[in-house]
Amino acid sequence: MNGRIKSGLALAAIGLVLVIYLLPIYWIVATSLKEYSDILARPPKFVFAPTLRNYVSLLLVPGEGLHATPFAARLLNSVIIASLSTIFAVAMGTMTAYAFSRFRTRGQGDWQFFILSTRMLPPVVVVIPIFLMYRALGLFDTHAGLIVLYTAFNVSFAVWLLKGFMDEIPKEYEEAALVDGYSRLQAFVRVVLPQAVAGIAATSVFCLITAWNEFAFALVLTQNTAQTAPPYIPSVVGSGATEWGRIAAGTVLFLLPVAVFTFVMRKHLLRGATFGALKR
Amino acid sequence: MTTAVARRRRALSDYQVKMLFLMPTLLLLVGMNVFPLIWSLYLSFHRYAADMPGRAPEAVGTANYTALLHDPNLWRYFQITAEFVVLAVGAQFLIGFGVALLLNREFKGKGLVTTLILLPMMLSPAVVGLFWKLIMDPNWGLLNFLIRPVTGAAPAWLTDARTALPSLVMIDTWMWSPFMMLICLAGLNAVPKYLYEAADVDRASGWFKFRHITLPLIGPLLLLALIFRTMDAFKLFDMVWVATAGGPGDVTEMVSVTLYRQAFQNWNTGEACALAYILLVVIIALSNLYIRWLNRVRGEA
Repeated sequence: MNGRIKSGLALAAIGLVLVIYLLPIYWIVATSLKEYSDILARPPKFVFAPTLRNYVSLLLVPGEGLHATPFAARLLNSVIIASLSTIFAVAMGTMTAYAFSRFRTRGQGDWQFFILSTRMLPPVVVVIPIFLMYRALGLFDTHAGLIVLYTAFNVSFAVWLLKGFMDEIPKEYEEAALVDGYSRLQAFVRVVLPQAVAGIAATSVFCLITAWNEFAFALVLTQNTAQTAPPYIPSVVGSGATEWGRIAAGTVLFLLPVAVFTFVMRKHLLRGATFGALKR
Repeated sequence: MTTAVARRRRALSDYQVKMLFLMPTLLLLVGMNVFPLIWSLYLSFHRYAADMPGRAPEAVGTANYTALLHDPNLWRYFQITAEFVVLAVGAQFLIGFGVALLLNREFKGKGLVTTLILLPMMLSPAVVGLFWKLIMDPNWGLLNFLIRPVTGAAPAWLTDARTALPSLVMIDTWMWSPFMMLICLAGLNAVPKYLYEAADVDRASGWFKFRHITLPLIGPLLLLALIFRTMDAFKLFDMVWVATAGGPGDVTEMVSVTLYRQAFQNWNTGEACALAYILLVVIIALSNLYIRWLNRVRGEA
């Protein structure tokens, strides 16, 4: 009986914790679906007549048919930049992780530490020279510029995460393939890669989320053409409360893919969040 | 057999494959990290304004560094940063650990609940800072509506000099205590059940079990989590920039915020590079701590 009361209390506490963590997210979703008057209502409205007006005005220019609004263009930039940089980072990361996992390299520990340390650099520290470099090379405010940068930013993470996954693939498989006359590259493509698919997928999602969420570099290195959503959404706030419905709608559209991916990746969250240092 | 050998001879050697696999990554990292770092080290000894590209950097020796180290404001910004790091990481640690203890039991929907709690840490810090601004709005924000009946007060949160930093701590804690929870939960799962059963036979108290079984076993993990979070909180920029931009006044001006301001608003590029290097030294000290801990944790595991 005592045990039952205790576990009942624990469940109630878990429910409360869940509400605290989710309430802000619920609130932003609710705000995005509210009319302007409901957003500013006092006391705040939990029950309201939902409208999609904020979403429509955020994505479509009124009257002129299909025209991308600035926000839609930013969202598209985010999609292009995040996905391409993820593909590059994961491809390079897979190869490097394989090389570190299977071959002995002189000073390997130092190289691995070097790769890790590049990720530990705070963005604000390297952003000044990269800004100057990009301006000199004509990469300022270009998609290519951010793609290269995010690839570099993510590849170190990809190497660390993927090396863990590679280490778990038994060497015997490729050795058997090598004995059968496969070349090293063939063994890598036909034997190792299929075994590493789950790890590669998990790594991709983490790289995607990092690139998708990145703010500081995008703020400094882009202006219009290649600007991603994170620096754009806050820049609309200036005008005070009037824009909140649209900002909330933009936020929801921007956060939605991340929420979906979090669920897809839930088994790998620990590993991804700790750089592969912890597995489950 | 002969065909296999012939095929292998035509193919790349292991050494060539290794180089092919390592070089692109290493070259990219050298180009995007090492080279920029050398450039900014050079600039840190010069007077240079990036908004006037026509004017060449003028060598000033260590003047940028001396000016920074004698700037009382900078010391204050380091103090603000340290205060934020200690408060935020401390709160995240306590709350994360508490929630992990709560979740460390079997119940229906455990996987779903855990994933939902982890959602905040996956979101974009800039956007999180933005929507907390909405929630913390003094007049029509949700937060004041919820706490007014309890406390009777309606603080201005991010816009009041007294509450701005604690508000940022709150937002960061909402976002990152799930990370602590995740790591603590993994640690708690790894504690063998028979240890508790043995302690139960000896009629040990709950506190005794916690103090002498749980804590020693998950201690290294907790420290790892602490260091992860300390490093991240130390370099936090995006959430603060969006939520307060260092204000009101400069009460939330953390080092990374002031660095951005110097570099891209005041265009003191040379001095900003020097500040970046000072920050870098601190970060390197912290990452050495991290590597040492990682090795020790792995050694014990």
